[in-house]
Amino acid sequence: MASSRPSDHFDSPAPEPGVAQPKLGFVEYLRFFWRQLTSMRTALFLLLLLAFAAIPGSLVPQTTSDPNGVIQYKEANPDLSKVLDFLQVFDTYSSIWFSAIYLLLFVSLIGCIIPRTKHHLQSLRTKPPKTPARLDRLAGYASTAVAPLGATAAADGIAAAQRQLKRAGYRTRLYETAAPGGATELSVSAERGYLRETGNLVFHAALVGVLVAVGIGGGFSYSGNKVVVEGQSFTNVLSGYDSFNPGRFFSDDALVPYSITVDKFTATYEETNLDAYGQPIDYTVDVTTEVPGEDPEQQTIKVNDPLRISGSSAYLLGNGYAPWITVRDGDGNIAFSQPVAFLPQDANLTSVGVIKVPDALPEQLGLQGFFYPTVCSDDVCGDGALTSVHPDLRDPTLTLQVFTGDLGLDEGVPTNAYALNIDNLTQVAGGDSDAAALLLKVGDSIDLPDGLGSVEFTGVQRFVSLDVHHDPTQFWVLLFAILVLAGLLTGLFVPRRRVWVKAQHGADGTRFEYAGLARGEDPLLETAVGDIARKHSESLGLTTVAAPSASQPIRVPRARS
Amino acid sequence: MTATLVTFSLVAIWSAMAMYALAFIAFTFDLARRATPDALSVPASVSAAATLEARAAARRGGTAVIERTTSAVDGAMRSTKWIRIAMAFTVIAWVLHVGGTVLRGAAAGRVPWANMFEFSLTATAIVVGVFLLVQFWQDLQFLGAYVTAFTLLLLGVATVNFYVDVVPLPPALQSAWLVIHVFVASLGTGFFALGAGLSIAQLLQADERKNKLRFLSTLPDAVRLENMAYRLIVIGFVFWTFTLIAGAIWAEHAWGRYWGWDTKEVWTFIIWTIFAGYIHARATRGWRGSRSAWLAIIGFVAVIFNFTIVNLFFKGLHAYSGL
Ligand code: HEM
Repeated sequence: MASSRPSDHFDSPAPEPGVAQPKLGFVEYLRFFWRQLTSMRTALFLLLLLAFAAIPGSLVPQTTSDPNGVIQYKEANPDLSKVLDFLQVFDTYSSIWFSAIYLLLFVSLIGCIIPRTKHHLQSLRTKPPKTPARLDRLAGYASTAVAPLGATAAADGIAAAQRQLKRAGYRTRLYETAAPGGATELSVSAERGYLRETGNLVFHAALVGVLVAVGIGGGFSYSGNKVVVEGQSFTNVLSGYDSFNPGRFFSDDALVPYSITVDKFTATYEETNLDAYGQPIDYTVDVTTEVPGEDPEQQTIKVNDPLRISGSSAYLLGNGYAPWITVRDGDGNIAFSQPVAFLPQDANLTSVGVIKVPDALPEQLGLQGFFYPTVCSDDVCGDGALTSVHPDLRDPTLTLQVFTGDLGLDEGVPTNAYALNIDNLTQVAGGDSDAAALLLKVGDSIDLPDGLGSVEFTGVQRFVSLDVHHDPTQFWVLLFAILVLAGLLTGLFVPRRRVWVKAQHGADGTRFEYAGLARGEDPLLETAVGDIARKHSESLGLTTVAAPSASQPIRVPRARS
Repeated sequence: MTATLVTFSLVAIWSAMAMYALAFIAFTFDLARRATPDALSVPASVSAAATLEARAAARRGGTAVIERTTSAVDGAMRSTKWIRIAMAFTVIAWVLHVGGTVLRGAAAGRVPWANMFEFSLTATAIVVGVFLLVQFWQDLQFLGAYVTAFTLLLLGVATVNFYVDVVPLPPALQSAWLVIHVFVASLGTGFFALGAGLSIAQLLQADERKNKLRFLSTLPDAVRLENMAYRLIVIGFVFWTFTLIAGAIWAEHAWGRYWGWDTKEVWTFIIWTIFAGYIHARATRGWRGSRSAWLAIIGFVAVIFNFTIVNLFFKGLHAYSGL
């Protein structure tokens, strides 16, 4: 099948054995190398290599998708991790070796597409090729019974065949060839299914499209995360984020400074099905959004239903409780009063949190502890360790340990809001200190020892963790993906075939011959040729005869194994 | 109400398993008793000539030609009366199987493929469904033993090891994409399963020492098996491509990015790449035949791996096995 396909495509001409290799110069080397790279065998090898190379990344946690997993893994396997780190296994999909494989594959792919596209454009403009001298060795060969036809009748028959084939979507051409006896034979040569190669090329080109779009998108995209407590809002500026991941070419102007106010978060938990008691069945965030220059709008965000806003999307990725805590210092002043997001640790939302009160007098205060939305009382769960037994707020309880000393916030070094470094602190409640840890229900207030002040559990609110993503090429990736699928369908399922109808003159009269040739996978070729033959001969009032070379009638029955 | 439906569903599934077991026995009886007086009496030279002709045809690129020239040999294929019994059992089993699966969906009030147990029911029902449907196109009854054994095994593991009670969908699964993405993945799996079965038969057929297994002489020859496998696998490949794209769209909605190299995403990609390799292998000189058959089998093994090992033992966002 044509030189358009790589030279080791299974139906390109077999390489001639024993051709002496001339000595190669530099350019010849390059050409040789290029031909190797763009061969089917290389594409196949690289594809399989890519599949194989993707495996390690699924066995070892990846920095991008599971950073905590990577840390744990490294702690558990320090020696092995050094090797894996060196081999970039924790970043498999952006590693040098993985990138090398897919880049080579795509170079090979492009080197394959370009000549094939050229060739295909040419063949689109070329008429179907000359009718072979002998049709009886080709697929679906059939012929009509010999009839005493004049030259005009034969020509009319061929013209009818041409019309019929044209109607069926074939590109046709009439040929007049010299027959053995010196006479001429009229035939129509027809070809269809150019769409097959078009589909194949669209498919491969769209793959390149996907890769390019993904690459560009990665450079200009950004994503960030923000924990927002009910009633508070988030503004889409750099400082508005808790964490932020810009692409390589990100610039601040990409951020439209809209704001999202979280009005209310509603979680619904299963109540009736005891097999799933307490399992979440719905999370909904009601928000008010404000885009500069536009009116505020009330919208909702759900887990599978992100908020699309100013070219970015906000996703609901997590939620939890934010106990409202009020700290009065030794002087009786309110040193701290706000909801604090506690991070959920289990399905029943047992949560841990940290409160830093740098403004407390006489000393800075640090609190850390647990929040239980539905605490399990000691006499049920035993052994003194509290846990939460339901994610909903049934019996909200807060336990806190209290520390005093320098919180280390003044040095200007960024610190983790969710961790308290207790190295330089003195514990005054809980742990080994003299006072017990604080245990508070909503509304409770407990005085701290040594006149340090008091801590009040003022109330509970919900918080949501919002991810904001912006990917300017997402649409293009989808478009190319759809082209991939469309190209695949046409490239695989449109049959490409040639069909010939020939008026064959013999001593005893004239008959029409029919045959086809598949180009690529074409299981229905024989049936198709059979149908054409039957329709044509019937329209001329002729009968088809059994193909001489096969012991079967032309109309090939459904294939049976 | 739910409890009753769940019980009925399980009864139907267990009955289906009993029927599949009977079908499997009948299918193996058929294979064991097959004899091919006609094929065996064909003089060796004739069948050799037919094979030669087929090879020549293959070189010309006309696969259809192969079918005609070899059909004389294939025509000698003799299944036994057991095959009718086996197919009847399979149909009954399948009806029970589908019934049980639908009842499970009714009990849960949603599509029956939201956890591993349910997904196993649906996927195997689709595998058998594809097997039964394909018979209208090609006689692949000789794969019956393979298909019923596979189904029986997976159903057994599902009901014994993967079973979970009906629970509501977690928010992340509440999406139309659950219906589409997972269903199409199962469809793809069905076609890959049959493709792998045909490829196994092809390898056995191509094996020089094949006279050990007598029933092989009643099967289509290796070239035909390969062509049939190819046709099924490309259909599976289209479904798999769609699954991949649909999964990415869903991931964008649920997780905020369309691709993040989550373990399940990685394995779906690996499978896609293996089958893309398979398609190229079939088009590469020197890779047709047994080598591409191996790729089809490896691809299907990866599908099974993705469904079992990756779901159960790999960490990732796709934590929906329910176990
Ligand atoms: C990213 C890498 C590649 C992927 C994922 C890929 C995938 C595919 C798929 C799925 C098909 C079947 C679809 C159709 O026929 O429309 C196909 C066919 C084909 N590919 Fe690729 N391909 C890749 C690279 C290449 C390269 C580098 C070459 C050239 C060396 C190539 C040459 C071909 C040819 C010639 C066919 C037609 C096969 C036939 O005649 O049956 N592909 N490819």
